[in-house]
Amino acid sequence: MKTNGGKALMKNLEAEGVEILFGLPGGAILPAYDPLIDSSMRHILVRHEQGAGHMAEGYAHATGKPGVAMVTSGPAATNMVTPLADAMLDSVPLVCITGQVASGAIGSDAFQECDTTGITMAVTKHNFLVTEASEIPQVIHDAFHIATTGRPGPVLIDIPKDLVDPNNPASQFEDYDPTGHNLPGYNPITEPDPLKIQEAVELILRSERPVIYSGGGILKARAATQLRELAELLDVHVVTTLMNRGGFPDNHPLALGMPGMHGNYTAVTVLQEADLLITLGARFDDRVTGRLDGFAPDAKIIHADIDPAEFNKVRFADVSIQGDVGKTITEMISALNQLQQTREHPDRSEWKSRISGWKERFPLVYDEWETGEGLKPQYVIEQLRDLTPDDTIVASGVGQHQMWASQFWHFNHPYTWINSGGLGTMGFAVPAAIGAKAGVPDRMVWAIDGDGCFQMTNQELVTARIENLPVKIAILNNGYLGMVRQWQELFYDERYSEVHLQSDLPDYKMLAESMGCVGIRVESPEEVQPAIEEANEINDRPVVIDFRTEASENVYPMVPAGKSNSDVIVHPSQGTP
Amino acid sequence: MTTETPSHTLVVRVENKPGVLARVAGLFARRGFNIVSLAVAPTENTLFSRLTIVVDAESAPLEQVVKQLDKLINVVDIRELAPAESIARELILVTVQVKDGQEDRVMKNVETFEANILSVGPQKIMVSLSGNVDQVDKFEASLEEFGIIEIQRTGTIALANIDNI
Repeated sequence: MKTNGGKALMKNLEAEGVEILFGLPGGAILPAYDPLIDSSMRHILVRHEQGAGHMAEGYAHATGKPGVAMVTSGPAATNMVTPLADAMLDSVPLVCITGQVASGAIGSDAFQECDTTGITMAVTKHNFLVTEASEIPQVIHDAFHIATTGRPGPVLIDIPKDLVDPNNPASQFEDYDPTGHNLPGYNPITEPDPLKIQEAVELILRSERPVIYSGGGILKARAATQLRELAELLDVHVVTTLMNRGGFPDNHPLALGMPGMHGNYTAVTVLQEADLLITLGARFDDRVTGRLDGFAPDAKIIHADIDPAEFNKVRFADVSIQGDVGKTITEMISALNQLQQTREHPDRSEWKSRISGWKERFPLVYDEWETGEGLKPQYVIEQLRDLTPDDTIVASGVGQHQMWASQFWHFNHPYTWINSGGLGTMGFAVPAAIGAKAGVPDRMVWAIDGDGCFQMTNQELVTARIENLPVKIAILNNGYLGMVRQWQELFYDERYSEVHLQSDLPDYKMLAESMGCVGIRVESPEEVQPAIEEANEINDRPVVIDFRTEASENVYPMVPAGKSNSDVIVHPSQGTP
Repeated sequence: MTTETPSHTLVVRVENKPGVLARVAGLFARRGFNIVSLAVAPTENTLFSRLTIVVDAESAPLEQVVKQLDKLINVVDIRELAPAESIARELILVTVQVKDGQEDRVMKNVETFEANILSVGPQKIMVSLSGNVDQVDKFEASLEEFGIIEIQRTGTIALANIDNI
């Protein structure tokens, strides 16, 4: 049976199980939007292409399914570069379809032409430029395979206009259902090597001061259950990186929370003092390690990852285990079960008591609110945490509010924390929250955002209102690019350069209302709880709460850039460790 | 030049698709891996091309270079060829000035290196030599004093020894 490129595009997206497309039409993708009318897929019409990309990411984070975005050529494709780079660094499965000028016009500097595959080569796991309409079914099948297997990531498909235009003979071809993949260079290894498992288990059983360093790979591999089983079997504590918040429950007695530049003292120090890091789906990011030559100086390293290029990239691994981290943990558990009965591991009671000592002495703290001050941002987050359901999904932007959210929220369930970790994309929260809500409509979704971030992408609240995606946004509005302000205070002698944004402009309450949302302003501590409760009750439209927070508040603990994690600075009230 | 840089020789089989060379070159550029030389051409199987890449060993650990290359979807396989277990060749084309009175000395060099004369003109000569990198380097150096007008080297190509395949 004859088909055409546009019809085939829709049919094959449906065949891959796509339920929602985030996108915005334009000239080169226009013919593909016509068959969309007859498709079962829901299309969410965004107000800026970057929003479509981050929504697709939020959807993928929340559901585990690949997010799909569809936009036109040229500026739409360049607007998609940031979400692609974000998805690349955070290993988010994403398929992005871009229109391209007609085949014959490629290379002629045509209207809205840009070299999309050239531009996105460095920010995608792979990309395709379709050259014949008949490739479309196979390319879509391959794209979803590449995006979702191995180390997940973004894949872009660039399709020239003539190949999806039903009036163009070039778009006609004999329909077929793609079976299998002809990708001779792509064979991700998922099964761990049993010998490596054995070596790892030997190291674990010999270690005196082990700790599990768990990263975002746990969530990508859907291995939170296995992680918990391993930790309990070993009775070993777990740190969860920014990308794995929720991958191990914060209310578990073995949970130590987030390590790194703004990690809590115990999570930072336990890595420094350990003699073994059981690294599971983490990649020794510089924000975790601090100054590398001072990181975990006495530790041997077990490194389990799906991506072998992570081994020895940053830190030498004594044992590296390539494979799906869930399978790796399962194999470790069964090897341990066989060995543990016959073997005794060293006495770890002193190590455990040191850990509890750190926890007791250096909890996360902040100063009491004083009259005349702005709200304490940490207090706002604690109130949000305590007044919302335990499985609430929290999306965040990038900066101080992100660090406070990661520190003060209690993530007790996987897939409840959605943020931009690797790329650090300001403006991520609003669209990511909307994408998450689209994927998991029955769950409460809050974005914790900064005023700087909110001003980058808030236009998508119009999308949220029209598409009936009632997300809730808490702006921690301190009128500053707060993290930059903090660095200028601490490292540039309080010389504040271009960081003041003003809390009153825009008027966030009116801005929210103008976009069809409920807008609430909160200025004093006693208003916090009622405002959150009011927002929680509203389910027919988005809500924005403008929390006026204290501009001078800093994120602690903090490891200054270029310093070793052993030089961590705790909250001033806790003295020097 | 090549002999002075500690290097690794990688042979990389890639899918013969548009843009593959850009993917490889882009990867080297963005990860700061330095290429000493790169040669590429299709193989006996038109679906694949073969690259010989000589990588500056000091710019990045070989393990990272190989593993990052392997992440490119179009890269099918990668092999490092150690000098002892492979044969490497390079071709040089060079046009040299031949001033009055220097004819004999130029010709002596050409004969010593067993180079081929490709073209002769008034006061210049074009010659070629294929050999290992060291020979080519020395040949090039021997011609410098006469004045090199134009030069093109192919970069190294290499195959595993017959008993090392």
